[in-house]
Amino acid sequence: MRTAPTKSWLAGLLACSAACVATPTHAADSVTLQGAGATFPAPLYQRWFNEYNKLHPDVQVNYQALGSGAGIKQFTEGLVHFGASDAAMTDEEIAAVKDGVVLLPMTAGSIVLAYNLADGPKELRLSRAAYAGIFLGKITKWNDPVIAAANPGAKLPDTAVTVVGRSDGSGTTYVFTQHLSAISDEWKNGPGTGKSVNWPVGVAGKGNPGVTALIKQTPGAIGYVEYGYALQTAMPMATLENKSGQYVKADLDAARRALASVALPADLRAWLPDPTAPDAYPIVTYTWLLCNKKYADPKIAEALKAVIRFGLADGQKFSAELGYVPLPADVVTTVTKAVDSIS
Amino acid sequence: MTPLEPGRVAPGLQRAVRARGIELVPPVPPADDSLSRPPSAVDIWADRVFRHGARVIAWGTVALALHIVWSIAIVAAPSVREHGFALVTHSTWDANRGEFGILPAIVGTLYTSALGLTIGTMFGVAVAIFLSEGFLSSGVEALLRVLRVAEHPFWVRLPGAIEDALRATVELLAAVPSVVYGLWGIFVVIPLVRPVADWLHGHLGWIPIFGTTLSGPGILPASLVLAIMVLPTISAISRDALSEVPPKLREASFGLGATRWETILGVIVPTASTGIFGAVILGFGRALGETMALAMLAGNANVMSWSMFSPANTLAALLANHFPEAGKVEVGALMYAALVLLGITLLVNVIGTTIVQRADARLKGLR
Repeated sequence: MRTAPTKSWLAGLLACSAACVATPTHAADSVTLQGAGATFPAPLYQRWFNEYNKLHPDVQVNYQALGSGAGIKQFTEGLVHFGASDAAMTDEEIAAVKDGVVLLPMTAGSIVLAYNLADGPKELRLSRAAYAGIFLGKITKWNDPVIAAANPGAKLPDTAVTVVGRSDGSGTTYVFTQHLSAISDEWKNGPGTGKSVNWPVGVAGKGNPGVTALIKQTPGAIGYVEYGYALQTAMPMATLENKSGQYVKADLDAARRALASVALPADLRAWLPDPTAPDAYPIVTYTWLLCNKKYADPKIAEALKAVIRFGLADGQKFSAELGYVPLPADVVTTVTKAVDSIS
Repeated sequence: MTPLEPGRVAPGLQRAVRARGIELVPPVPPADDSLSRPPSAVDIWADRVFRHGARVIAWGTVALALHIVWSIAIVAAPSVREHGFALVTHSTWDANRGEFGILPAIVGTLYTSALGLTIGTMFGVAVAIFLSEGFLSSGVEALLRVLRVAEHPFWVRLPGAIEDALRATVELLAAVPSVVYGLWGIFVVIPLVRPVADWLHGHLGWIPIFGTTLSGPGILPASLVLAIMVLPTISAISRDALSEVPPKLREASFGLGATRWETILGVIVPTASTGIFGAVILGFGRALGETMALAMLAGNANVMSWSMFSPANTLAALLANHFPEAGKVEVGALMYAALVLLGITLLVNVIGTTIVQRADARLKGLR
């Protein structure tokens, strides 16, 4: 009597272990690609890799969203097959990679200024002087004349401004501070451009979620987050003044116009610190995949190229729903050509 | 009378015993199923392997601790050589310009820990007194007496059970993950303290500790959450210290006509004070190293301010925030900061352990 359940239990265990063993043997001719890097495009990449895996079950892609810096580091050390970064690698960083580097812009996104202003106007317009001044700590009240000048007729409260920055190093910070440096000499000579900078004022949260939580919990707060994230968490976003003096709402069309205004150079490292198009949203960036020029294992190279081509072609249609900017058609053509150079 | 075994008795004594007509019987060899038999070779080997294994693991733990310090020191060495003591006194952290200073982080670590500890100690010691002096059980007992079920075999167990449950609940606070405390702090504590902080700043803003407005994260909310995190440590060790006070002291105090509270505050707490102090120091060690909750609540701003509403930075949060993206030079500086944190924590723990040992030694005379 007592042995019967034990036996069936054992049989179950055997069946399970047989199944568990079977998966790797079946997967002997399959490929697992390891990647690590930026958190900013991570939701889109995960989506691509999932969709691709559904179509091609023999290719599995593990992407770890560790941050741009970590992505570059692990890629340089050869720990992963590909990296990802919001800030393109510098010449120095590229020189450190043995097998050569191909930088591939895969998608683009904009960075928005999200705020928390209970009795604020429906649409908050910020001039360049206003938002540079806020992050420099020179504008400390929401009813400051500099802010009021761009919002005629709006009732601005006498609330203190709380600047929320990122405490951890991040590509988002890099792109945002690069933009601030482009529009304000005082910022350029002060905190400067970097993945983490010495914020003149305010508090800082860890990651997009940390910044979002702080903005939502602090009346009078303003901070920068990625557009898709602000969209998902339903935070109000400021309308910003661009280079030609127009106020532009943060949306995908305005971001696409910004991308269109910049020609992609041969090494595909295009910076848009301050787009020139008259109706472009001012803070937009490409985000890159980092691949080696040469892979020792041809199977890895082929699988990686196939996955990237999928992302560039079919993958672009997932961009908009997740809040990323689909790449312009000519960019896709250029990047696809670069993919072919990987061997 | 049990016969004596000749083998266990000295020859002189044997003679004397025989002279008195007592018979000595030879030892009976143990039967096979007997429990007492000499250890077999397997037993001896098992014992030896266990003993040496335990020794290796024990020393391995010590070696591991030393290795951690050593490997941190190796990475920190270039930074220590380059910056020297200036890293500790400098107050800007700007990796882009190669400026590294951890003074605000040290001050913030000590400020939040000290404030959190002050609040945590008040509550922790109160909980310890409440639990060790039987306030809860005597209260429940009085209630049962009113309900006339105090002698019932089922209900008589209730006071002790409730006390155990409360103790377990307080100790359960130690099991809540740090990140949960952090989230709770952002969504509950900060909105809760904001009106109080605004009022204090508005009316008593001339006092330096209320000198700034609370924008959101800051020293006060961080310290409040820290207080809850160190509460289980403080209350558990204080309770042990209080319940180790010899009962004769309490009886003597009651015998001299002291009331319950006079006994608690005048005799029991002072006798246990060194143990309680040790608990506080151990709680301090815990507070210094706390990372996630503080990274989420302190504001991560490199500023030094007297105000408890101002944002601040802590060493552990600095490490957690900057490490993943740090370049080689910055990693060196971060490791230097880690060494400083390690030094502070070690110092505090050594002091705490010494005090607890002293307390034990002093109480020995009273038992």
